[in-house]
Amino acid sequence: MANSQDIIYGIYNDEEDLLRAVKMANSEHLEIMDVYSPFPVHGLDPLLGLEESRLHITGFIYGALGTLTAFLGMTWIFTKDWPQIFGGKPYWSVPAFIPITFELTVLFAAIGMTVTFYVINGLGPGVVNPTIDLRITDDKFCLAFDSSQVAADKAESFLKSSGAAEIHSKTI
Amino acid sequence: MSHYVSKIREPLIQGHKTYHDITEDLSSPTEKAPGMAWTLGFIVSVSALSFGVFCILWTIWHGIGTWNLNRTIGWGWDITNFVWWIGIGHAGTLISAILLLFRQKWRTGVNRAAEAMTIFAVICAALFPAIHVGRIWVVFYFFPYPNTRGPLWPNFNSPLLWDLFAISTYFTVSLLFWYTGLVPDFATLRDRAKGMRRKVYNFLSFGWTGSAKHWQRWESLSLVLAGLATPLVLSVHTIVSFDFATSVIPGWHTTIFPPYFVAGAIFSGFAMVLTLMLVTRKVLKLEEYITIGHIESMNKVILVTGTIVGVAYLTELFIAWYSGYVYEQFAFFNRALGPYWWSYFGMMFCNVVSPQFFWSRKIRRSVAWTFFLSIVVNIGMWFERFVIIATTLARDFLPSSWSYYSPTWVEIGIFIGTLGIFFTLYLAFTRVAPVVAIAEVKHILKSSGDQYLGGHAHHEAHGKPEMVEALVEESASLHGGEGVRIQSTATPDDMNLLPGMSDHIRQILSDNGLDSFASLANVQLDKFRGLLTDAGIAAGDSDAGKLIEQARMALEGKWDELKDLKDKL
Repeated sequence: MANSQDIIYGIYNDEEDLLRAVKMANSEHLEIMDVYSPFPVHGLDPLLGLEESRLHITGFIYGALGTLTAFLGMTWIFTKDWPQIFGGKPYWSVPAFIPITFELTVLFAAIGMTVTFYVINGLGPGVVNPTIDLRITDDKFCLAFDSSQVAADKAESFLKSSGAAEIHSKTI
Repeated sequence: MSHYVSKIREPLIQGHKTYHDITEDLSSPTEKAPGMAWTLGFIVSVSALSFGVFCILWTIWHGIGTWNLNRTIGWGWDITNFVWWIGIGHAGTLISAILLLFRQKWRTGVNRAAEAMTIFAVICAALFPAIHVGRIWVVFYFFPYPNTRGPLWPNFNSPLLWDLFAISTYFTVSLLFWYTGLVPDFATLRDRAKGMRRKVYNFLSFGWTGSAKHWQRWESLSLVLAGLATPLVLSVHTIVSFDFATSVIPGWHTTIFPPYFVAGAIFSGFAMVLTLMLVTRKVLKLEEYITIGHIESMNKVILVTGTIVGVAYLTELFIAWYSGYVYEQFAFFNRALGPYWWSYFGMMFCNVVSPQFFWSRKIRRSVAWTFFLSIVVNIGMWFERFVIIATTLARDFLPSSWSYYSPTWVEIGIFIGTLGIFFTLYLAFTRVAPVVAIAEVKHILKSSGDQYLGGHAHHEAHGKPEMVEALVEESASLHGGEGVRIQSTATPDDMNLLPGMSDHIRQILSDNGLDSFASLANVQLDKFRGLLTDAGIAAGDSDAGKLIEQARMALEGKWDELKDLKDKL
């Protein structure tokens, strides 16, 4: 991250404590910076106001690109670039193009989506993201506030009242 | 957390695990020095691999003449092994993709290892076409790239080229799917590690943080990749079967091949998953994550797909007879009673007869039986491919060119070598990555952990009644009353202590005032069945009768027997 951020965060022992705390924060109109968990917590996205991911739409676009590449590519090669007769069939033998068209559709969609996933998340080989707490990938759930958005004392008193097991502040 | 799970469903995670226990248990195999079993296995695998590499180099140096293929029989062990390995690869994608779409939670115990197995099996498979073309140094001619020979393009109408596209796509998509699932788990290993190890896992984990938005996209990506991989896995073996079915060889030229090959692939894939997982769970002590319930589920898949394969064999025979086409009839007569009769009967026994043992619940849940039968199935599916390929080719249209084929030491060596490659990669994988998906197991813990399901939940609850009440309230407020896992102890008798009880039935009973063991024990069978039928539950006499019987046992205080019953369920 380019700029360092001062954050204050609470650690919860269970995802249900976390969900309750997020609900409380919403009702108190505190702006949550982010929530970290060791596995996807269902029911969290609507509470955080996260819109449904549009990743699958990119998947469709990449897939369509694959379909066109394969089908138009084979069409051009076998009708324009080097027409050849195989087994007395027409040059433009559409049924025989189906398997490769299908495979390239899947291939383009899968590669495109996966690459997009890593790029928009800012993840990738060699990326080092600041570690908030080492136990987040183990068994702890973390609710973090940005001190520039929520005053530190306010955040701290909220975290205390929301049942956080631990409260820490950190510059990342 | 997720949707409602019946209380009588078998727990998928045993040993009352906490999230931290899961991290410990599943990470530790990568953090400790390997044991004796692993080291021995690795030495044997690497030796096999080395011999395989030697045989491959021998083939490349001296040419395909070192194999026993001849003018009549152009495909032998090479293509047999190719199809066998590709088939083995299918279980991984089936478990990770199709079972994800069907929301089968037991996939989490085995998906990681099965996907790894897919990738390694496809590597072994891809080796055979590459070396059997004879001139491996120009194998890139297969790919359509602008070249100085015209450009001269490959024949896009050829099933052999479709195969190239299918297998390279399959490999790539499986790899992406597998690795994306691994990223959060590598992050777990990273956060436990120090020094150089931490650097390595930081690189492998791509800087994963566990942010809510990342998890949301991660789930979205997994779901779409599963949706893509499902038709893909069906297409791959379909296209492999086209290698045969689009030719005009009697015995190959049949429309049944695609579904029959796909079923066979899943069949052999699950057998290999079982062979590996039974050893892995023992050596890495993962019995609480890969339970007897997981093994039973996989054995059921083996039973179904094995039976489909059996039906396909019989259909082929019937159609050969019914078509009235003498060449087809001869092809099948030759398979069963020709010079390779032993491979045909080996195939029939291993693939059709042996999985039928799994109709027995005892055998499905027996580790020793499962291990034995999984190896029998692996052998049987190898025979199937040999029967289809070598037997059919050995008797062509001209009796003067009929031939017999048996492999040379080079061909056998290459096959042993691929087994070596497969096991070496698998053993290395168990040292580097968690064999069971950590994040995914944590995700299902609260719906499938043994402490949250069935009577166990009750026993724990009894200790701290006030805590239970608090939890019930909490849980109800969080989930809008849906999916409350821990039941209140307010009812006169806790019906959930009966092994056959479900929430739905309990509700019906309490609606009709049957809320104690005594009342249920004395109810008439007909009346009870009537209640269930009215509520839309199709209960047989035995199910309803069993519940009444269990209520009587509870009334008489036979708790040990009830507990045994419960454990058996």
